[in-house]
Amino acid sequence: MESIAKARKICHLLLRFLAFGATLSAVIVMATSHEKASVLVFQVEAKYSHTPAFKYFVIANSVVTVYGFLILFLPPESLLWRFAAATDMVFTMLLVSSISAALAIAQVGKKGNSHAAWLPICNSVPKFCNQVTGALVVGAIAVIIYMLLLLNSIHRVLDPLIFRKC
Amino acid sequence: MASRDVEKLDLSFSGVPDKPKKDWVIVSLRILAFLATASATLVMALNKQNKHFVVATIGTTPITVSITAKFQHTPAFIFFVIANGVASLHSLVMIGVDILGPQFDYKGLKPVLIPILDMMSLVLASAGDGAATFMSELGRNGNSHARWDKICDKFESYCNRGGAALIASFIAIILLLVITVMSIHKLKPKK
Repeated sequence: MESIAKARKICHLLLRFLAFGATLSAVIVMATSHEKASVLVFQVEAKYSHTPAFKYFVIANSVVTVYGFLILFLPPESLLWRFAAATDMVFTMLLVSSISAALAIAQVGKKGNSHAAWLPICNSVPKFCNQVTGALVVGAIAVIIYMLLLLNSIHRVLDPLIFRKC
Repeated sequence: MASRDVEKLDLSFSGVPDKPKKDWVIVSLRILAFLATASATLVMALNKQNKHFVVATIGTTPITVSITAKFQHTPAFIFFVIANGVASLHSLVMIGVDILGPQFDYKGLKPVLIPILDMMSLVLASAGDGAATFMSELGRNGNSHARWDKICDKFESYCNRGGAALIASFIAIILLLVITVMSIHKLKPKK
């Protein structure tokens, strides 16, 4: 029984570390996306900070990265895990809404919107588009890991006497 | 006589536990959440505006072009309508379960299913909200770097109605969050 409990603790710590890594790489990949191109006679520059949705994505993921880093150090038997379950839920919601917003704007950038006369920009700045796509994929992985961690935290809070599942 | 009393005492303390009492706080919150999500869905789904633009003038007769702004033009708003529709359906089903609930026995997986479904509808509603918020911000301010013109100065009532649906959806998310926390708390085993 001792070894099973220890394996489960290691598994939980590994999951938290993966979540921290996923949000950190989403921030880095999105923040370093930058491309200059010339369309017709214009000089076009594409940066993540031009769009509030991408800014929100970067800010939300950096907040969750800091939280994920701090929670790696919480001892497994402490009473603070109830508070951690609540903050887990809030931050999971934040991540979900940020990735949904970034996906919506990225979809407009890729396909355009003929009804509003918005042209797609991905043809002129393909490297920027690919990097944003990569950041969104990593963000989606982070969301899935955080949902699993949320279920785990709630289970841990409700049954403190049963062995924590991984 | 004494042994029969002891038997009666035994029967009342073992066996089937008491059926849970109806919790009016959660039911009223669910009704409010249902109203909020349903109104957000309806307001956005009926959001439509026609506008006539004068394109050119031949002699004295102007040529007008009629442009329509509908919510179906944008995938973000379609997702918003679908997400809020699912959330309102979920709230309706949960109200039914809460009102008719004490007639059925809750055993096995069923008590856990309610908070999990609550959480899923909360996540779905917040995702739809995030997408629609930033899409309408794009419509209101445009994006000069991508050369996307704003559309809200031409279609004001379409934008205002979309904003009202968004506000209703924000209220619904707060209510759904409170409901989720309360239904998780209900799962706690009583000491």
